[in-house]
Parts: sequence; structure tokens; C-alpha cells
Amino acid sequence: MLRFALRRLGVAIAVAFTVSLACFLLLHLSGDLATSIAGPEATAAQIEAVRKQYGLDRPLVTQFADWLWHAVQLDFGRSYYFQDRVIDLIASRLPVTMILGGLALAFALIVAIPLGVIAAIKRDSWIDRLALVIAVLGQAMPSFWFGLTLIIVFSVQLRWLPASGADSWQGFILPVVALGYYATPAIMRLTRTGMLDVLGSDYIRTARAKGLRTGTIMFKHALRNAIIPVIALAAVQLGFMLGGSLVIEAVFSLHGLGYLAWEAIARNDYPVMQAIVLILASIYILLTLGADLLNAAIDPRIRVR
Amino acid sequence: MTDHLLEVRDLHVDIPLGHSTLHAVRGIDFHVDRGELVCLVGESGCGKSLTSLALMGLLPSRARRRAAALRFAGAELTTLPERRMADLRGNRMAMIFQEPMTSLNPAYTIGNQLTEALSRHRKVTAAQARDRAVHLLERVGITAAASRLGQYPHQLSGGLRQRVMIAMALMCGPELIIADEPTTALDVTIQAQILHLLRELQQEFGMAVVLITHDLGVVARVADRVAVMYAGEIVETGPVASLFAAPSHPYTRGLLACIPVPGRTRPGEMLGSIPGIVPSLTGRLEGCAFRNRCGEARDACAGPVPWRQGLAGQAVRCVGAA
Repeated sequence: MLRFALRRLGVAIAVAFTVSLACFLLLHLSGDLATSIAGPEATAAQIEAVRKQYGLDRPLVTQFADWLWHAVQLDFGRSYYFQDRVIDLIASRLPVTMILGGLALAFALIVAIPLGVIAAIKRDSWIDRLALVIAVLGQAMPSFWFGLTLIIVFSVQLRWLPASGADSWQGFILPVVALGYYATPAIMRLTRTGMLDVLGSDYIRTARAKGLRTGTIMFKHALRNAIIPVIALAAVQLGFMLGGSLVIEAVFSLHGLGYLAWEAIARNDYPVMQAIVLILASIYILLTLGADLLNAAIDPRIRVR
Repeated sequence: MTDHLLEVRDLHVDIPLGHSTLHAVRGIDFHVDRGELVCLVGESGCGKSLTSLALMGLLPSRARRRAAALRFAGAELTTLPERRMADLRGNRMAMIFQEPMTSLNPAYTIGNQLTEALSRHRKVTAAQARDRAVHLLERVGITAAASRLGQYPHQLSGGLRQRVMIAMALMCGPELIIADEPTTALDVTIQAQILHLLRELQQEFGMAVVLITHDLGVVARVADRVAVMYAGEIVETGPVASLFAAPSHPYTRGLLACIPVPGRTRPGEMLGSIPGIVPSLTGRLEGCAFRNRCGEARDACAGPVPWRQGLAGQAVRCVGAA
């Protein structure tokens, strides 16, 4: 198990490095950074001054090595626009996004897994059909539209919940539902398929032949095996939600990482962009790594691979 | 009222297929006494596996079971609620399946899966359940039994897994074990060992065993009594010695001609085979189901075929049988 974990960790570091390099190269391929930082009215001398000030005159290899050397020490330089240290900016914004993403995933799992299990057990019943309708609606509705609908119903008309801001926990309810609903259909459908697969398996027949109670068969023997692909999917979905929370954060005026990314892109704030890409990539990698380890803990056969 | 451990009368299993219905098991009668090993033998698709699942109440949900009587140890299974049926399963009647590779849950240890069979039906401590599991693993011939408890199914070979399945069936000390082709998926050398083990355990614990097989060689080695199935019906039944010595049904004779006998079958000699194919089981079948493949068929075979009692408890359903 330890060797498995270490090997996966090695791969994770290699992926993080590659993503950073790709992001760095793409930024530099997008045009002359000094020109865009200096602005459209800058003279040639001013552009050169900017180039020198930000160290953009050095060879690319030196620039990347320098950035990487500081990045591994969690020093991402200063934001061009906010003038704060990038790490402080991210530290102040990340919790909002993490809470939003984490709660949204929890919401999605709490709704999707029981619904998927019931849909599989009561296959072709009205509840299976209802679950399908919920899934299709969830996949068809854009999250910004669903978010705005929630605001209109629960904030504007019913006046139950705040429409924006993260000042109180109530402010998180609508964005969590809007973001979580987006991940619900895929998780529910995969749970249902996995359960149907497992329920037809020989070892479930064995469990029934032992006279085990339905609850034991469903939750001990079936769900544990059916849940394995769902964990990997949930990790990917959480990654999507963290990256894609930009839209929801904008709709609900939550100042999270997605909002910061949007601000940085709009203002050519390269150090911030580069740091956000690395942070999001790292979180994504950690999530899939966590999912792999969780799966290995659940399914002994994965540990030997 | 008889005192058979298991008595089956007029058992049917139907499987609805869209527009038609597959009559997979078409009215079979047999019984099993305590401490007796009865073989149900027949070729693939003759309904022998569905019969075993019907006895255990483990048929797939779309299959329909009906029977005039399905009595086990005095209880009528046809009217027993599912909860009470589950109390019997794994407790007083247990089952061993054909596919040891997939019949154990990959996510749990052998020990976990063995002990849960006991703790479901008996009030035992974890230590008692564990001791019983170790004892039975040793009894079914697994070495280092205590350390096996922590292992997962994928760490064991097929033969070992089938031994684990047998130990699992024995956990509650059942009166009846139904074994559905328990050796078919195993290597030939292992097959003989497992078969020998089953016979030994059956005699040691005084259990009744229903052994489902397509292999008459298996039948000859272990059975007390045999029921030969063809196209969802039992066509001949009797004690193994007399049935093998004097098979009355042409189908039984055909099956026996298909197996090589050491010392009697000469090298290079052609083994027998039965020409033709099994009739479709979707519609109603009139008369003898075997008559389209039978060398001795006559007009009367299309009519009703009564049971004829032979000597020494043998019985056959054939118009031509003397």
C-alpha cells in the first residue's frame, strides 16, 4: 500500500511540473508579455523598462527555472495589478472556492448516490423514471441559468435566502445547490449502472444464498463494489467544480479563486494566472490521487496493480 | 405424509420472453432423504440449474416458479414468505455454485465472508465464528487456515476458492447442500479432489446433497440415486448401481454410450453421440420430448407418457420401456 502511494505521488509531481511548464510556455507564446503589461500607449523605451523590471529579458529557461524555484517554496511573486503577494491573494480567495466546491460535492453525493441505488433496486419503476428526469434536467440546464432561477425564486420572491455574498452560511446554500446539481446526474447514473451490474453478479447470488438480509446485501456487498467507479468520477467532478466555479462565483458574487482567475485574465496579471493554474492543477491531481488511494482501500485487487 | 427431507412435486419454472414463454422446467417430481446424495444429470439447458435455484428460492426475478409441493424438513416452501425463506437459506439449506472465481465478493476477506454466514443465523461471538471458520477451512483441506482468513478471493486459486465456498456452505451445519456443477470450472485433477471431498463431508456430517452435473462419470463415483433430466423433465430415476447396469430410457442409454469406460472402451474406438437437437421449450410439448432424436420412437410416443416402475426403485418415462 505504501509503495503504491509513493509511486502515485511520483506521477502526481511529474504531472504538476508538466502542467506548469505548459502554462508558462502558452503564456509566453500568447505574445510579448512586456508589451501587454506596459499597455497600448507605451513607448518602446517604456516597454524595455518593463521588460527589465519583470526580468522578461532573460532566457526562457532561466525565467521558468527561477519561477519554479520560488514556486516550490510557495513564493509566486507579486501581483502586477493588486500589488499584493500572489500567495496572499490565493490564500484569501481559496477557502471560499474550497468550501463551495466541497459542499457542492457533498450535496451531489448525498442526493445522487441514494437516488442511484434506489433507481437500480426499483428498476423501471416510477422512482427510476423520476431519477432519469432529474438527471436529464441537470445535464440540460446551464449552471448560470439554474443559479439565476434559484435567486429569482428563493431570494427575490420568497426572500428566504441572500442572493449574493459569503458573509453568512446562508449565502452558500444557493450556490452550493446550483453547483452541486451540475454534478448530480453523472454520479447518479454511474451509481445506478454500477449497482445494476453488481446486483447481477455471482457474489450477490452467493450473499443471497447465505440468507443475508436485503440491507446487508445492498449496502455491504453491492454498494461497496458499485461505488468504486463513482469515487473516481466524484474526484473529477470536484475538480471541474473548483475550476468551473467561476460562473457560479460570478452569479452569486462570491470572491473565490474562480473570480480571482477572471480578474487576473482581464488585467494581464501573469503571476496570478500562472499560480492559479498550478494551484488548481495540484488540487485536481491531489483529488485523483486521493480517489486512487480510497479505491485501493476499498478494492484489494487495485493494490497489487 | 412422507418423511423425506426434501420433496418436490410437479415443479415448473417458466421464463417469460416477450411474446412467448420458455418452459424451462416442466413438472418434475423427486425427493431427497436425509444423508442421501442425489444427482440431477442432464445436458446443458435441460433445466437442472434452474431446478436448483428454484429449490433455494434464488431464481432470477423474471423467472416464475410454481409447484404442487416443495417441502423441506416439513416446511412448505411455496407458501413461505421471503423473510422466512432467507432464514432457511445458508442455515438449513446451503448452496455451492459452479463459478468459484466470481462467487466470492472481491472486496471482502475470506474470513469476513465465512463468518457472516454463521453470525447471520446463530448468536455467536466473533471469536466463535472465527474458530468455526478456521476449523472448516482445515476440514476442507486448506493449509494455514488461520492466515487465509485475512486473504482476499483474488489471492486464491479456483480450487481453493471452491473449497472456501464449500466451507462457507457448511458454516451453519445445513441438512441439505445443493451443489450446482461444483467441479465444472476447475482443472481435471482438482475436480476429482473436490468431488471426493464433497462425498466425504456428506457422509461425515450426515447431510443430504443434491449434486447437479452433466458428467455421468461424476454420478457413477458419488451418487446414491440419480435423476436423468431431458428438456425440463425427469425421464428416468433410480439407484445409481441399477440405473447404470440397466438403463431403461433410450436417452440414458445414449448418455452412457457417450462416456469412455476404462478397460472396456478400446483406444481409437468411436464414442457414442446422440444425433439431433433438443426441442424448443417455448411452446407446449406433447408426448415424449426425446422422440425426435430417439432410434426407438413409435406412434405412441406422441401421446401421454406414463411413469413405469421398474425393479429396485428404478422408474422411467418411456412408452417403449418394458
